[in-house]
Amino acid sequence: MLDNGSTMGESKPWMKGSGKPGPVMLIIGTLIGVALWWTVYSQLIPFSEAVTALFPVERHSHTGEAIAFFFYDVPKVLMLLTLIVFAMGVVRSWFSPEKTRALLSGKREGVGNVMSACLGILTPFCSCSAVPLFIGFVSAGVPLGVTFSFLIAAPMVNEVALILLVGLVGWNVALTYLFFGLGVAILAGWVIGKLKLEGWLQDWVQEIHSGANAPSAVEAEKLTLYDRYKLGFEAVRDILSKVWIWIIIGIALGALIHGYVPEDMMVDIMGADAWWSVPAAVVMGVPLYTNAAGVIPIVEALLGKGAALGTVLAFMMSVIALSLPEMLILRQVLTLRLIAVFIAVVSSGILAVGFLFNAIF
Amino acid sequence: MKQVKVYGPGCKRCETTAQMMRDAASKLGIEANVEKVTDPKEIAMAGVMSTPGIAVDGKLVHTGGLPDEAKLAGWLKD
Repeated sequence: MLDNGSTMGESKPWMKGSGKPGPVMLIIGTLIGVALWWTVYSQLIPFSEAVTALFPVERHSHTGEAIAFFFYDVPKVLMLLTLIVFAMGVVRSWFSPEKTRALLSGKREGVGNVMSACLGILTPFCSCSAVPLFIGFVSAGVPLGVTFSFLIAAPMVNEVALILLVGLVGWNVALTYLFFGLGVAILAGWVIGKLKLEGWLQDWVQEIHSGANAPSAVEAEKLTLYDRYKLGFEAVRDILSKVWIWIIIGIALGALIHGYVPEDMMVDIMGADAWWSVPAAVVMGVPLYTNAAGVIPIVEALLGKGAALGTVLAFMMSVIALSLPEMLILRQVLTLRLIAVFIAVVSSGILAVGFLFNAIF
Repeated sequence: MKQVKVYGPGCKRCETTAQMMRDAASKLGIEANVEKVTDPKEIAMAGVMSTPGIAVDGKLVHTGGLPDEAKLAGWLKD
């Protein structure tokens, strides 16, 4: 651990500590890695053509198209995910729930909601920590509405959803989703804050809340760039091991919809003229619990078949943001009344996004 | 006898963390009682905002994600 003969351990930045690569090595490694990644990525079309040629089907038949599509989209999405999840893993190592809490504590509503929703994207978050995080926030004086903005944005606007949208649907839809996802989180949190529902928390949470003595957390340790890269790789392993199966199922389902669902039917059910399709999409989304990885390939296929963008966005936000398991987790800290308000406010926001888009596009 | 508490609602990572602590203790020959805490109230009161969290003899030493294998011995020894 001792860096003999060097001041502050900075004289040999390429080798630091116990044989771990220093920042210079890591940055060179990153450049080589990205170059390799790009080389492989640019070969994906020839790769999918070569694989499709192995199947005994006519290349330009429905089946041939579907197979080529599948073998192009699956590696493409997995590669994009690996790169971006790694980058986000490294970026997130500069953030922590403790730092975010310190930034948000005592913030006024409004500004607080905006900051909170944005920090929701950047702070490491896992839905299994939703309850301790919720309590950690409110007990330290983060207003209830601001806490909700965080809890809505964190799962809904995440890099997996955005990358899949960029990869499968397009930049414009991805940006739209980012922008309006944040909008729903900010507004829903702000409304919940205005309603002054602190009294609808479970009793024991209120006691901690009014006690105002936030439990102290473990002090942050200094991370080296090597540690941050390690966190990046952990994030890749963690997320890819969870979502790869959903991506394959989702893209396969998407390919089926491409091939076999008649277009007229989709336009009737999910087209812009069917006003009831937006609320129906939101309602359908609640019990459907999959992550972004499973739902977006389907979304892409639905859009291709003439479903309206607003309806599809509403469906997606509802699937990701309003999930039964998460409600059950939050039930430990929120009363049923407060959960009902939460669902009502968030789904109104999603409905508004759906109708707005169907009206504009 | 070290009192180790692993805070987490019961996700896979928390199970793994508890097992890592047990393994590390037996490898070092340290007697340790590893207890899993799943009650959200207790987790919150311990100051844990991202799970799993680890406390040794009442002192919180780690929160969020799997702990670094290399650090376990240090926590168990002092």
